[in-house]
Amino acid sequence: MATANPTVKNTIRTHNGPDILFKIVVSFICIFAFVIVLYPVYFIIIASFSNSTMVNQGQVILYPKGISLYGYEQIFKKSEIWVGYKNTILYSFFGTALNLAVTLPAAYVLSRRTFPARKIIMKLFVFTMYFNGGMIPTYMLIKDVGLLDSPLVMIIYGALNVYNLIITRTFFETSIPDELYEAATLDGCSHFRYFGTIVLPLSKAVIAVIMLYYLVGHWNDFFNALLYINTDAYQPLQIVLRNILLLNQAMAGTTGVTGGGGGGAGAYAQQYADQIKFGVIIVSTLPVLCVYPFIQKYFEKGVMIGAVKG
Amino acid sequence: MKQANAAVAAPKKKFNLGKVLRRDWQLWIMILPAALYILIFCYGPMYGLQLAFKDYDFSKGITGGDWAGFTYFQKYFDSPLFWPTIRNTFTIAFFSLICGFPVPIILAIAINSIKSQRWKRTVQTTVYLPYFISTVVLVAILQILLSTTTGLVSNALKAIGLIGEKANLLGDPGSFVPVYVISGIWQSAGWNSIIFIAALAAVDGQLYDAAKVDGANRWQQVWHVELPAILPTIIILLIMNMGGILSVGFEKTLLMQTATNQGVSEVISTYVYNIGLKSSQFSFGSAVGLFNTVVNFVFLVLANQISKRAANISLM
Repeated sequence: MATANPTVKNTIRTHNGPDILFKIVVSFICIFAFVIVLYPVYFIIIASFSNSTMVNQGQVILYPKGISLYGYEQIFKKSEIWVGYKNTILYSFFGTALNLAVTLPAAYVLSRRTFPARKIIMKLFVFTMYFNGGMIPTYMLIKDVGLLDSPLVMIIYGALNVYNLIITRTFFETSIPDELYEAATLDGCSHFRYFGTIVLPLSKAVIAVIMLYYLVGHWNDFFNALLYINTDAYQPLQIVLRNILLLNQAMAGTTGVTGGGGGGAGAYAQQYADQIKFGVIIVSTLPVLCVYPFIQKYFEKGVMIGAVKG
Repeated sequence: MKQANAAVAAPKKKFNLGKVLRRDWQLWIMILPAALYILIFCYGPMYGLQLAFKDYDFSKGITGGDWAGFTYFQKYFDSPLFWPTIRNTFTIAFFSLICGFPVPIILAIAINSIKSQRWKRTVQTTVYLPYFISTVVLVAILQILLSTTTGLVSNALKAIGLIGEKANLLGDPGSFVPVYVISGIWQSAGWNSIIFIAALAAVDGQLYDAAKVDGANRWQQVWHVELPAILPTIIILLIMNMGGILSVGFEKTLLMQTATNQGVSEVISTYVYNIGLKSSQFSFGSAVGLFNTVVNFVFLVLANQISKRAANISLM
């Protein structure tokens, strides 16, 4: 795009000075962004494999030193992490399934121009994006419908995201030609059948996008569990992570293993606690980081479809 | 934004309810789950907002208490934490917007000008990545990198003299907002640039050629070709951000809150959580939350009106 058309190249003035400066500035921005985003992630990875004393002394900068898998060994022994992991997988799986079951049919209905209530329903839905009851009334409602401290709240609450609904509806409207519907109805096809056999198979791209949006949302959900879940056995991964990473409960299960009491053992345990933290960050983020490069193009697509209508 | 609404202005026909229902019953069934969800979980709490105007009574439920009028709003306005929470919320939101808004645009222009497709993809894949890291992990990474004694970043900043030897980036009240804003940019600038990259990719190549024929260098091409092309997107996103001016990220603020920085980190939403849920002052918490929502809503409508007048671009 930026390369000049060869036939006009000789006729236009060249701006070697400013253009070279532009190139330098732009390359610098890209390299800077690349390094500053990647390095912290890279650092956590190498630190998780390194001797934590060396990490704390600032010796681990470019590659792991004093390879140690202690952190990971401890993580495998910590049952609360795996309970959290299991819960998060369950919430993510069933939550996303429900999300799709609610969002896709609704988006289809709202994309049908002949549906009389389409405009008013859309308005009522969009209004909730900008105005809501707030934290306390929502909490009261969750309590009143009996979802408080029930694992179901993690699946049901948030079943529909209006932004994702708009993305899907826009896709249905713009990418599936109306002629298809007309031809199908002429052959006596019902809405159910048209939706199931024609619309869904043609919409794999947008289904992938919103599925991934919902999935990441469930995986990273911290807020809902913080507000609505009290029982330890139901806590998702992010709450367990908060307890270990931020409230410094990493040592809780390990002090007994590492030290038999005594003053030195505390510092010793703290050191290993740090290493557990690095490992926990990796273990919890790994699924997202592994899948991410493959699905990135879908995410981009989602943003672009969504951009068509605010 | 506007064409979509205009396009559906179908000719009015005589309305026959029975016929319409018979024709569309399948559609009604398909929208039922979504409509029920929105009704219960979005409009339900709005009905519950009357709590803000009532004395909450455990035995009578949400709607059972006696009317209290604007008592709880008055209580918030008179509370010593009214101005601090408002000020903190505005400060965080303001700096997030001012510092955070231009970064994705600059990043998008830079990425768009990369010629090597491979390097371009690599940069894009990398800068989008932090968006998918959970808030808990982000704050944990901050604590590791900014730790006073062992933190890589805080030690590096000390070494080059940007911060004092005794600075505590996690605890000092003065460093809360910069840390919040900069980590926010780190996390979402790449993701937010996608939309601008898409807008830039749609620019007609002939415009660049024409600019070159007119003697424009690369800087002038950015100014006269690329910026005008993404201006509508910029305005839309500005409006949306203005609407959220008082909705500072609750999770991140709460997780970054420490005993020493509470003076600057207590924002309206964390205040609602701390006083409303943790201390069970439900009516008071609802009133504070409602105040927040209304201010947000007013900001959104105002920003929308201004841009409608000025540039004929609007959300709704």
